[in-house]
Amino acid sequence: MFLERFQSNNRDEGVSAKPAQSIDTLHTISRRHFLVGTGALALGITLASRVMAQEGPAPGSLAAVAGGDATPSLWVSIESDGTVKITCHRSEMGQQVWTSMAQIVADELNAEWDKVDIVQAEGHPRYGDQNTDGSRSVRFNFHRLRVAGAAMRSMLRQAAAAQWNIGTDNVRSEPGYMVNKASGKRLGYGELAKAAGKLPLPAEADVMLKTRDQWRYIGKPVPSLTVPKITRGEGTFGIDVDRPGMVYAVVAHPPQVFGSTGSVNEAKARKVPGVLDVVKLPDATPPAMFKPLGGVAVVATDTWSAIQGRQALDIEWKDGPNAVYNSPAYRKAMQETGRKPGTEQLNRGDAVGAIAKAENTLTAEYYAPHLVHTPMEPPCATAEWNDDHLTCWAAVQDPQTTRNTLAGFLGIEPDRVTVHPTWLGGAFGRKSKPDFVIEAALIAREVGKPVKVTWTREDDIKHGYYHSVSCQRFEAALDDKGRCNAWLHRTVFPSIMSTFNPAVDEAGGLELGLGATDNPYYIPNLRLESGKAPAHLRIGWLRSVSNIYHAFGVQSFAAELAHAAGRDPKDYLLELIGPDRIIDPTKEGAEDYANYNASQSEYPISTGRLAHVVKVAAKMARWGRKLPKGHGLGIAVHRSFLSYIATVVEVAVADDGAITIPGVWLAADAGTVVNPRHSTAQLEGGTLYGLSNALYGEITVTDGAVDQSNFPNWRAMRMSEAPRAFEVNIIESNEPPAGIGEPGTPPAAPALTNAIFAATGMRIRDLPVLGPNRQKLKLNP
Amino acid sequence: MSVKLNINGKTHEVDAAKGTPLLWVLRDHLKMTGTKFGCGVAQCGACTVHIDGTPTRSCVLPHDALAGREITTIEGKDGTAADAVRTAWIDIDVPQCGYCQSGQILAATALLESNKKPTDADIDNAMSGNICRCNSYMSIRRAIKNAAESL
Repeated sequence: MFLERFQSNNRDEGVSAKPAQSIDTLHTISRRHFLVGTGALALGITLASRVMAQEGPAPGSLAAVAGGDATPSLWVSIESDGTVKITCHRSEMGQQVWTSMAQIVADELNAEWDKVDIVQAEGHPRYGDQNTDGSRSVRFNFHRLRVAGAAMRSMLRQAAAAQWNIGTDNVRSEPGYMVNKASGKRLGYGELAKAAGKLPLPAEADVMLKTRDQWRYIGKPVPSLTVPKITRGEGTFGIDVDRPGMVYAVVAHPPQVFGSTGSVNEAKARKVPGVLDVVKLPDATPPAMFKPLGGVAVVATDTWSAIQGRQALDIEWKDGPNAVYNSPAYRKAMQETGRKPGTEQLNRGDAVGAIAKAENTLTAEYYAPHLVHTPMEPPCATAEWNDDHLTCWAAVQDPQTTRNTLAGFLGIEPDRVTVHPTWLGGAFGRKSKPDFVIEAALIAREVGKPVKVTWTREDDIKHGYYHSVSCQRFEAALDDKGRCNAWLHRTVFPSIMSTFNPAVDEAGGLELGLGATDNPYYIPNLRLESGKAPAHLRIGWLRSVSNIYHAFGVQSFAAELAHAAGRDPKDYLLELIGPDRIIDPTKEGAEDYANYNASQSEYPISTGRLAHVVKVAAKMARWGRKLPKGHGLGIAVHRSFLSYIATVVEVAVADDGAITIPGVWLAADAGTVVNPRHSTAQLEGGTLYGLSNALYGEITVTDGAVDQSNFPNWRAMRMSEAPRAFEVNIIESNEPPAGIGEPGTPPAAPALTNAIFAATGMRIRDLPVLGPNRQKLKLNP
Repeated sequence: MSVKLNINGKTHEVDAAKGTPLLWVLRDHLKMTGTKFGCGVAQCGACTVHIDGTPTRSCVLPHDALAGREITTIEGKDGTAADAVRTAWIDIDVPQCGYCQSGQILAATALLESNKKPTDADIDNAMSGNICRCNSYMSIRRAIKNAAESL
């Protein structure tokens, strides 16, 4: 059975993946990229704005507060028994967004926490941005959810006053109740909800937000709303969805991106017990966007039978344009590019001239490989057609983009598509890309039954949206006192934008703003250049994105300069950061520096905050203490997602080269933090994610196909390899909320390799630390 | 071919293809989805169940070899150690996404059932077969110690 009728939909103009929204993970598309964009981009945007116009919130008193619609009925409903149902429009993937969103609403509503229940929102423009990445669920929604909660509290107060026939001044609120100040009588929110719902909405100016000292839940370690269920195996992840009459599918994907499916012998597969059908999917064509990769699906009565059927398929794969891609050759080419002058991205003074004239210079090149997300739950989606309406349940970070992508690919209106996000069993950026949901929709339409598509771990590792491979070259000049007088940074890596526009062969402001153009160093001559690097895989964003390699380079080179100058790396780092000041990359040539889509007036780049976390982390780690033989401390600091994180790693390297990590100390300035307990967990987890990648994360490619396949050859950190101790200090702050989920990751790798240098004198300039070509180190608990 | 399986103290009659791993019988045939798929090659521990009290990877375990064995999943695991582990997990919010935690909890419970005062090395040995990509390891270690304290 073939899906030829979908082939016509696989043309670029048929795919409105709403790219502006999807790339919005990393901020909006830069103007330059708009200009070179394809017709598909334009259509996606038109479609998105049309949907907004049709279905978006009508202008009203609370429909357009900062951050979006704060109309209480959109976010909270109170049942007559007092249950407070709070709608979470972001995807729950372990960052405890159910809990943090509920904390914000419930605090201003003055609700009882044990009455709070969560309703997971479907993908719909009425909620505004639902793209759960970029570490910004709290940042985007903090204000408007406070307003929504406070507005509802105000209406409940009015309802109580009306019932008692007194002024609202004579009514005060206790958690879950309104109290008559004079009589002490109480009315529960459940008793007041119906009357309150009939009252007009207050204007934003009349909504009284609590003061900081009145916060009951915000800023407190409120327990998770998901964990009790998790300990019983309850809760529905994408892979757990069940529908009446559902069948199960897996897909054999072409080994190369834009490889195609030749002849298929499905006879043996059809004989496998439980196999119901074999469905050929349309070949993928550029741009990759969020389109499925093509290949052949096997549909069966259970997942295991589908996997067995897939193994029995005999498929002739045809090479595509990416068959030329081989990791070792590509690395050489990137290195060569980095050794030649590139495109100017930021300039201060004359770094090239100063380095040419200097007596004391230092040059270093750093390499970091492709990485893949590997959430514990691989991509999974269930699709069901009822007449001409498609409903999908899937582990997706952005149900709106999923909905629009499905509509565009299938050639139907978005209002005929419903997308329910399930819990996500980890995501890390992978589940922002809904290619696997389209697979489910296509197969379900073909077989006429609800279909659950499960990606096996091999699919996940071999067919991902990969974190970019990168080469960075640094040159610096030191003066006679060892101070850095000039700094040249060239960064070369295939851009995420290539996934949406194949003509892009050089990174732009979007990714360079993640740790390169926002260089914080106080150096009179400083220059950043980029170089060309065409993509041969689907390049995607992975937890903290380009910050990973940029922080690795910038923070490693700082330590190398300290060593060359004979200085303590922490002191030297503080000297490089220099006096407290605000940095604005747009004034030094990085015109499209995006600052994570936040205004620089609200979220300036503050070297004072950066230096402060360095000092705090150093103190926590007792920097400078006498260490046992074979131990070393390394430090790194990085601002990402508007948060400032400094990390100290202690390593112990045994005589046989075995590395262990006795301790990690992390200081974070993330502005206002909603839940310190869960933020600590994110910072720990983000750091270990970075350490795991740095120690052994590596995706390599041979003739266009990914070499790794499953946990035996894609290694992930395990309990025995985790640090023995981890201390987190979240600095008290009244600054606006910044990111938490990602910023722990970037400083992890350079703190680790700086520690290895301190312990052994071995400078790791290419990752992973325990790469197959490295003999001297091993991880051995 | 129909096979009778004893799962969480109840007998289930299962009609799955010969050799189908227990994981997929639980998930797809019996709709008991607490046991998770992570790798399919017994490398990650997401599919951990207890077979006669021993933590075992259900993704490589043919269901038709399990007649007469006592199978316990996250949905059915109870007892003093399991209670202590769940309480400790909830007390400090160990899970992040939670996907691997059925396996983590069953591995930790088995550890505490055989060793009431595990050392760091004991925890490493018992828990290193269970990957957590959220990297909740620091919390898992702490919660196991808290659970041991409470026993």
